[in-house]
Amino acid sequence: MSAPATTTTTTPAARAQDLTKIYGQGDAEVRALDGVTVDFESGRFTAIMGPSGSGKSTLMHVCAGLDTATSGTVFIGDTNLTTLRDKELTRLRRDRVGFIFQAYNLVPTLTARENVTLPLDIAGRKPEPGWLDQIIDMVGLRDRLNNRPNQLSGGQQQRVAAARALVTQPEIVFADEPTGNLDSRAGAEILSFLRDSADSHGQTIVMVTHDPTAASYAHRVVFLADGQIVDEMREPTAERVLERMKGFDAKGRRS
Amino acid sequence: MFRAAWRSLKSHTLRLVLSTLAIVLSVGFVVGTLIFSATLERTFTDLFAQTTADVVVSPDTEFTGQGFAGEVPTLPTSTLDAIQDVPDAAKAGGTVFADGVAIIGGDGEPIGQNGAPQFGSNWTDDEELTPFRLIDGVGPTSNGEVAIDSVSAETGELAVGDTIQLVSPTGSMDAELVGIFRFGTSGNLAGATIAAFDTTTAQDILLDGQEAYTSIDVVAADGVTQQELADQVTSVVGNDIKVQTGEEAADEAATQITDALGFFNNLLTAFALVSLFVGAFLIVNTFSMLISQRTQELALLRAVGATRGQIVRSVITESAIVGLVASVIGCLFGIVMTMLLTAFFGALGIEMGDTPLVLSPSTFLIGLILGTGVTVLAAWFPARRASKIPPVAALRDDATIPTSSLRRRGIIGAVLLVLAAWALVSGASSADGGGFALVGLGTLGALIGAIIFIPLLAKPVTRTIGAPLPRVFGTVGRLAMDNSARQPRRSAATASAVMVGIALVTGFAIITTSASKSVNAAVDEVVGAEFLISNNNQRPFPTTIGDEVEQIDGVELVSRSGLLQAEAVHPDGETSFQFPTIVDPDTITEVLTLKFSAGGFDDLTDTTTMVDEKTAELAGLDIGDSVTLRFSGGSVDLEVAGLYQAEGFWSGFVLTDGAAADAGVSIGDAFLYVKAEPDADLDQIRSEIDAILEDYPTVNVQTQQELKEQIEDQAAALLAILVALLGLAIFIAVLGIINTLLLSVLERTREIGMLRAVGTSRRQVRGMVTLESIVLAVFGACAGVLLGLAFGITLQKALSGFGFTVLGIPWVLVLILLVVAVIVGALAALWPARRAARLDVLRAITTE
Repeated sequence: MSAPATTTTTTPAARAQDLTKIYGQGDAEVRALDGVTVDFESGRFTAIMGPSGSGKSTLMHVCAGLDTATSGTVFIGDTNLTTLRDKELTRLRRDRVGFIFQAYNLVPTLTARENVTLPLDIAGRKPEPGWLDQIIDMVGLRDRLNNRPNQLSGGQQQRVAAARALVTQPEIVFADEPTGNLDSRAGAEILSFLRDSADSHGQTIVMVTHDPTAASYAHRVVFLADGQIVDEMREPTAERVLERMKGFDAKGRRS
Repeated sequence: MFRAAWRSLKSHTLRLVLSTLAIVLSVGFVVGTLIFSATLERTFTDLFAQTTADVVVSPDTEFTGQGFAGEVPTLPTSTLDAIQDVPDAAKAGGTVFADGVAIIGGDGEPIGQNGAPQFGSNWTDDEELTPFRLIDGVGPTSNGEVAIDSVSAETGELAVGDTIQLVSPTGSMDAELVGIFRFGTSGNLAGATIAAFDTTTAQDILLDGQEAYTSIDVVAADGVTQQELADQVTSVVGNDIKVQTGEEAADEAATQITDALGFFNNLLTAFALVSLFVGAFLIVNTFSMLISQRTQELALLRAVGATRGQIVRSVITESAIVGLVASVIGCLFGIVMTMLLTAFFGALGIEMGDTPLVLSPSTFLIGLILGTGVTVLAAWFPARRASKIPPVAALRDDATIPTSSLRRRGIIGAVLLVLAAWALVSGASSADGGGFALVGLGTLGALIGAIIFIPLLAKPVTRTIGAPLPRVFGTVGRLAMDNSARQPRRSAATASAVMVGIALVTGFAIITTSASKSVNAAVDEVVGAEFLISNNNQRPFPTTIGDEVEQIDGVELVSRSGLLQAEAVHPDGETSFQFPTIVDPDTITEVLTLKFSAGGFDDLTDTTTMVDEKTAELAGLDIGDSVTLRFSGGSVDLEVAGLYQAEGFWSGFVLTDGAAADAGVSIGDAFLYVKAEPDADLDQIRSEIDAILEDYPTVNVQTQQELKEQIEDQAAALLAILVALLGLAIFIAVLGIINTLLLSVLERTREIGMLRAVGTSRRQVRGMVTLESIVLAVFGACAGVLLGLAFGITLQKALSGFGFTVLGIPWVLVLILLVVAVIVGALAALWPARRAARLDVLRAITTE
């Protein structure tokens, strides 16, 4: 076994403790999460890796307040998500969490700019002018701001989605396979952007991926298999992650 | 392919329920009215078949009006004597039966619906010679005794032994109620009241004391057929008298009554068809939705070798199943509708008796064909689009149905609208009666043109309507506004359904408002009398009332006027039905001011007549022409000596009482115009008139103001009925909105999930869907109001020559309609909005 996952150098932005998520009952019971305890350090870019069915998406959904755990607790900052009701969870997602989805999920009727500011608009808040400009420049979309999603390439759409996730200056951004639909060049742009926002603005980011190259952009990789944290790696490279993953595959084939 | 169609239906049951409901309701209404009218006809055919003697002998007149047609044609007693001598006649009896006796109920008010006949009759105990069947007490045998029908007894809360009041054109009388009877198996005669007296009293009241009969019933001896007896009777009475077999007479009587009541049936059928039309939009939308959801599946079918024709047939099969199922349920619902209608008629005092419902196969066949046909036809458009899905769509996950450009639709719609506008405008400015038809044609064209054209308006209009939303509701409002324009065709079809109902309501409202305003304006301009006295059903009342009113202090003069039914014979030989007004030429100028374009009241003598320009034009009459007016007592030739402009209900032929007398018509007074002296105490006059009228509960006095208010009330009541009937169409339109929203929510599951994920609250999602719904409803309502204004205004112009002189636009109602649209939109959104708000966020964002 490797070093315990709880060892951290900075205070965590989000924390999961002894999380269990069970689907179905009896013979059909599936333990998507089986006692997961993990910290996501503040200001860092963490990748969650694992083979399909390892529970990595479920872990993210539960940590982001989109899904509820069967048992265990989740904290974002000092807030215990497991005690919140839907209304409070909605507000938490609105004000303190950002999301990037695999399928961009932009509103087709809104312009790029309106999509970026959507979470603020919903909350009835004004964007901080400096910050909005900064994000727009970071994602390099200044000349496409008035275009609608169907006039943008996949990579551009995902950059709009990334800007949308960051515009509220959330405590934590969750990204679910953000490069899954993109070619490698467009993917690299998004990943660099995410890494950069962690490095230069201290943005906490948690990304679920099964792509070792994507994971190599993170500060740290947490490996999940069969609903449990099995390993973690700091300052990963694509080669090392790939190597580690092969181990799971082999193990998976044995069992 | 049939199996594929069936499977697809089973998997979309819920969505189909809504559109099915529209078909069920419309088919139900159509079938219901058909069953009802068949049952109505059977009821009266049976009723008269039971109650009519073998042969009925009646006077042969050129014109037989219903109700207040003037002199009642009669047969002398000698005719009865002659018929009694016919060898094969077992017996014969004389009947006195005519309109004109009001029964006053226990509350002092006349019994019976406004306008329904109030029959008086003689009584005979011989059930073979009378339709009356005594159920309580005895028959009247002397002056001062009366028997009445059981429905009147019930509604008037009158019982045998009571002293009751009866009012006829000759006066008011009190009589002891000695008997209560039914008309055959029915409680009364199609809503009419019947009071029966001994023969002499009946002749006094109804026939001015003539010893005569209105008809003679003959019963055949054993073994003699109706026809044989009729032939024998004819040979005795000659050819100048009408001799009918019982069968013929019963048919004629039943047809007359069902025709009169049939108007209501036709109205119901018309509204049911409007609903079916609106329901068709729902079907178009539903099938468009089903198809767009199955784009990939259909493409796959194409990819594995299904032909376009097979795709079309599959969708058509689906719609045929839906249409058939809905129509079958609709037929069953129609039976329920019939029962409701029967109950409604019962409430109006028209007893249908215990005739079983007439359920003929053809009725159901019509319902099934209509319902299924409309459904299949409506599904045809989406089916054709489905067949255009390219097979390659199966391989793409973002495949959509190729939509042809809206341009062709826009051009066709615009051309239709321009043509319709032309028809409306030229109909409005047309001088002759054809304008009415042109406006009708324009209305239909404009409705269809608008339906075709409206998708092009969906975007700009919803944007305009939704413009305030972003400011008021922020981003939620902005999203709602955008969403309502995302599927222009679907939004347009949804709005069209609302539009049709609202357009018709607005159009009708303008016509009824214009009518009441025109009459009211006419009251101001035409009437120069302070008080008007009239019977509540426009029938004549005793002339003694006028005599007494003339004696009141401060009354300058009383001008008497009568109203009759007649037939006018035009110069070209055609005839038309008319309501001529009888006036007293010496006093009429004091109380009525008509705008004459030729001649004037001064030219009105016993050999001349005045007529309004429109009626003259339609009859092909001009100054100096001669016209024959036929009344039920006789006819008279008059020269047209004056042309005036119709205003309100002052229209048609005007003739003197002397001219009427020449036609053999002696009439009571139907209207009294009471003119007061300039400095008279009007309150005093009023109270004295009230005192005189105390004995005549059917006769009312009104000031001009009261008359105007009454007209407004009547217009409002009429409008309320029309709105209630169109409520069905609007209800179906609401189903359409629900349907559209449900689909929009379904299509945007992922988008809504994302919105929820980034922090949109459930309330905001609900608000978004609700606002979208309101925008759609208001879109439809605005289009409807605009079309309705066009219809109503042009129709008023086209009818201006018929007395619709003043245009009345009910702005308050228009405002109410728009507010109702907002409420309706919000209500329609309840369920879809709830579904949207309750979406499982996680499942929504991971959904395919």
